[in-house]
Amino acid sequence: MPNLDHPAYPAAALLQLESLVPCRESQVSMLLSIFGERQHFSFPSIFIYGHTSSGKTYVMQTLLNTLQLPHVFVNCVEYFTSRLLLEEILIQLQSGSSATEQTSHVHCDTFNDFVRLFKQAVVSRELQDQTLYIVLDRAEQLREMEANILPAFLRLQELTDSNVTVVLLSEIVWELFRPNIGCFDPLTLYFPDYSIGHLQKILSRNHPPEYTADFYAAYINILLGVFYMVCRDLKELRHLAALNFSKYCEPVVRGEANERDTRKLWKNIEPHLKKAMQTVYLREISSSQWERLQQDDGEPGQLKGLSAHTHMELPYYSKFLLIAAYLASYNPVRTDKRFFLKHHGKIRKTNFMKKHEKTSNHLLGPKPFPLDRLLAILYSIVDNRVAPTANIFSQITSLVTLQLLSMVGQNDHLEGPRYKCTVSLDFIRAIAR
Amino acid sequence: GCFVFKPSVKKRKLSQRTAHDSRNGNDDSEGTELRFFTCQSLWNQIKLETEKVQEDLNKQLLDNLVNFLSRSHSEFQEKTNEWTCRMKFREIPTAPLVLGVNVTDHEMTFRSLSDLLQNNITPYVALLEAKDCPGIKNLMQKLMGQLMNCYIDVDSMEDEDYVQVSQKRIRCSMSSLIKWYKNVTEKTDSETPSQKRTSSSTYWQSPPVVVVFKDMESFTTKVLQDFIVISSQHIHELPLVLIFGIATSPMIIHRLLPHSVSSLLCIELFQSLSCKEHLSTIIDKLLLSDQFPFKLGAKVLQVLINIFLYHDFSVQNFIKGFQLCIVEHFYSQPLSVLCCQQVDFKKRVNSLSHDQCESIRRLPSFRRYVEKQESEKQIALLTTDNFLKEETQKLLEDLHVYHDNYVSVLRCLHVFTSSLPKYPLGKQIRDLHCACLENPVWETEEYESSLQLARMLNKSDLVSMVQQCVEILLSSSGKEFDKTVEKLKEFLTQFQNLEEAFQERDVSLSSQKELQKKTDLYHLQKTLLELKESRRSKKLTKFEMLRFEVVDYIDSLVRKYLVPAEHRTLHEILYFNTASVLREHLNAAPRTALHTALNNPHWYLKNQALKCDGGSISNKAPDICIVYKLHLECGRLINLVDWLEAFSTVVMAAEEPNADTASSDQVDDIIHARFIRAVSELELLGFIKPSKQKTDHVARLTWGGC
Repeated sequence: MPNLDHPAYPAAALLQLESLVPCRESQVSMLLSIFGERQHFSFPSIFIYGHTSSGKTYVMQTLLNTLQLPHVFVNCVEYFTSRLLLEEILIQLQSGSSATEQTSHVHCDTFNDFVRLFKQAVVSRELQDQTLYIVLDRAEQLREMEANILPAFLRLQELTDSNVTVVLLSEIVWELFRPNIGCFDPLTLYFPDYSIGHLQKILSRNHPPEYTADFYAAYINILLGVFYMVCRDLKELRHLAALNFSKYCEPVVRGEANERDTRKLWKNIEPHLKKAMQTVYLREISSSQWERLQQDDGEPGQLKGLSAHTHMELPYYSKFLLIAAYLASYNPVRTDKRFFLKHHGKIRKTNFMKKHEKTSNHLLGPKPFPLDRLLAILYSIVDNRVAPTANIFSQITSLVTLQLLSMVGQNDHLEGPRYKCTVSLDFIRAIAR
Repeated sequence: GCFVFKPSVKKRKLSQRTAHDSRNGNDDSEGTELRFFTCQSLWNQIKLETEKVQEDLNKQLLDNLVNFLSRSHSEFQEKTNEWTCRMKFREIPTAPLVLGVNVTDHEMTFRSLSDLLQNNITPYVALLEAKDCPGIKNLMQKLMGQLMNCYIDVDSMEDEDYVQVSQKRIRCSMSSLIKWYKNVTEKTDSETPSQKRTSSSTYWQSPPVVVVFKDMESFTTKVLQDFIVISSQHIHELPLVLIFGIATSPMIIHRLLPHSVSSLLCIELFQSLSCKEHLSTIIDKLLLSDQFPFKLGAKVLQVLINIFLYHDFSVQNFIKGFQLCIVEHFYSQPLSVLCCQQVDFKKRVNSLSHDQCESIRRLPSFRRYVEKQESEKQIALLTTDNFLKEETQKLLEDLHVYHDNYVSVLRCLHVFTSSLPKYPLGKQIRDLHCACLENPVWETEEYESSLQLARMLNKSDLVSMVQQCVEILLSSSGKEFDKTVEKLKEFLTQFQNLEEAFQERDVSLSSQKELQKKTDLYHLQKTLLELKESRRSKKLTKFEMLRFEVVDYIDSLVRKYLVPAEHRTLHEILYFNTASVLREHLNAAPRTALHTALNNPHWYLKNQALKCDGGSISNKAPDICIVYKLHLECGRLINLVDWLEAFSTVVMAAEEPNADTASSDQVDDIIHARFIRAVSELELLGFIKPSKQKTDHVARLTWGGC
């Protein structure tokens, strides 16, 4: 295991840093060697990518905080327009300078303004001889802003002519970012997923004060055994661990088993965790409901999950409209005559073809159909006469707003509108019953 | 389209109420005014009543929600130091609210919800609609606007200017929202002791911020995801609670949000009352009560219920329809002056004018009544106004009493029919009500079959039903039921005696008890066979005799009290039964109306000259009608030149076949202009559009056009 070692920083700080970022030592030392000493110019832009919860944000934050490097940390989802983003960076810069002085409101509409104000801020904070780090979290959002934002951030060092490094954090690879026009390629750095050993190590670190570390580590081992197949998200795993720990401790609290009795504890917790995987993990029931269930020792069967409530009550004609829409979406037009007309002439012997068609139609997904066809099918599947009243038409519209139908190509209002049916066969079956 | 020709009754009524009213026949302005006021006060009463009912219905749901909100919040505050709490991920408490597909009713629920929250939990409630939030930016703007305004409401008015000025240049980001929240909570904290407002002191120290997404389905995925991601990062500083209004099923959450986002939420489902139950309660409280003198006839009720069940499931629309019935009744029926509370109508009958008496005499139900009387009384009724008034009073009173009794007996009958297998008379009391109002129910086959089934009820069911009936009749206001109640109680005691008798006689009883005890299949079959044999051999047990008696008695009650309203004298005054008007207004058919207007202009314009027969095209009709009729004969593509030719032929037809105009091929400029105007009007209405396939052709857009 490589120990962190850098001549520019005090050893104590490095040691603390090492203890804070388990399993990410190599990445941190890599970053440190890129950063160099405080006054050194660093690489203008660094691009860090890796899967969800592989520690990108956490590592950057701890690194910058522990070593007390001047930095600005911004989440691009939160500041969704370029203006908000730039202003936020400036505000953070200013507020760092003097805590007492109330930050004045900054107006920054263009990148040009930003560069000017940025220079001023750097001077006012006397940061000329240090590297300033701007970290942009969830950088993939930058692509949706104006076209000049991303290239400009990549060349910020050059544009501002000051010692600054922009760090982009993202979950997707750099190739998906690269703009067409020539831009500065950042230094890319990959954070690999945590392995199961890493997860075990990280999760076991925060054991509750009442229990020993070994006891908790054994629990985490069981937990990972159940959940590792479906979930590698560290945050989610930690949440689940906290939710189910009280259940794990139950035999110990009651005195039926001691802390070393792993097998007994495993027997107690394993079905419980499996149940949790089907309910809490999928957010079928909420974690607070789950906790209450644990306390009451009730069966989760009493609590119906979200997907248990699939049944929907619809007015009479809405049901038929939906069924008609489904038929229109999945049947080819030429079969209409055969299916819905009483005197349709001979049925050609195309049984083999028909069967083949049907499967493929469901695989192909719904096809758009005009309004007239929908109404024609409706008239033929409803037993009694249906008057084309305003209510019927408004029902079609309300089905569209409920997202059971969707409208296709609404550019020409005079042309008959075209729809698609978006519900599944199971749903239609449930309605048709 | 159709509404162009028929302005809604309400508007007409309000604007022309005091003006001369041609449909009345008589123009005493006092009568109409009185009618107007009666109508208004009646409607106000009904409105109050419905609001009360709906509040009661929503109470359960709202209470649960409030519980949830307070709980989610308290958990945040209490155990901040515990280990589990530190380790646990802070989720945003979320309450999906499944409200059913009747979107029109949701507004009311949300309104009462936000009122309740603002009164009890938090002043910070924001209601968002999808149409206002196409992007995250708009959503934040809307949210902050609503939250900061409500802050003004709570606080004193002095700050208003300041807040409004700052709001303009405030940045629409979460951080400014958090700053605002901190400011506000600190301020109220410091001010609460001095503030006299009780409302603000009932809130907690840091009340949650509730954001309601009214129509979850219509929000775009991106907006929702972004908002949830952003707010989950700040949940420590801003206690946010989300409420999703869902019309379809809660599965929509999983469809809209990926797992990475939905794992940020702590979702607890809430479900509102089904709209059908809601309607049943409304019908029960509005129609089957003696509070309101106004009643609906069978056909009208059927129309309203059909619209509800077949089209929209909207209770709000049902009530609107009911309101329309009231307005239409008071507007079209001059005698509806008498449709008022029992206290008033005596006075009103006495002050009737001669014309009004005449119109009473013209009522068909009254004429039928007169014909049945003796000749002297007939003459008196037809000539003496005072005698007529007395008689009217009596009849109206009878009508009210009839309704009270009707309702009680209807409920009794419903107790029986609602427990029969397959529900021959309908499961809901509204079905039964419709059936009974329309025609004598005892003449129908369904009634016959349900009586048959009732004769096969078992004893415990029968006894409990009779008991229920007794309770219903006791609680009713009618005085006639003393005897009936006595009779039913007698039945009950007879049943009891029967039981005692059974206990003494242990022959059949023991076998029955054995039946209950034994689980062995063989023995069970054996005893069952024995029982069957014994039953066959006996003619009728005492119990069966009694059962027949009870059913027959109920049957006699039905025949006596459930006479259709239309058979009663003077029913026209209290019962509104013109279903066709209602259907026209509530279930409009725009395509049909447009077709009628263009094809048969006489229908709407009422001009004698336009009356035409069959398929011929009259040249006196408006140009657009002629053009329309001609275009019906064409295929998908219409040649404009041919069309113009045909048009000019029709228009010229009636004018004298003048020698020079007929001979010249040149079409008159004026006719040409008229034609072009008519065609462009048709285009405006969406019947045709210019075609790109052929020049000087237009394409038909409606009704297939081959």
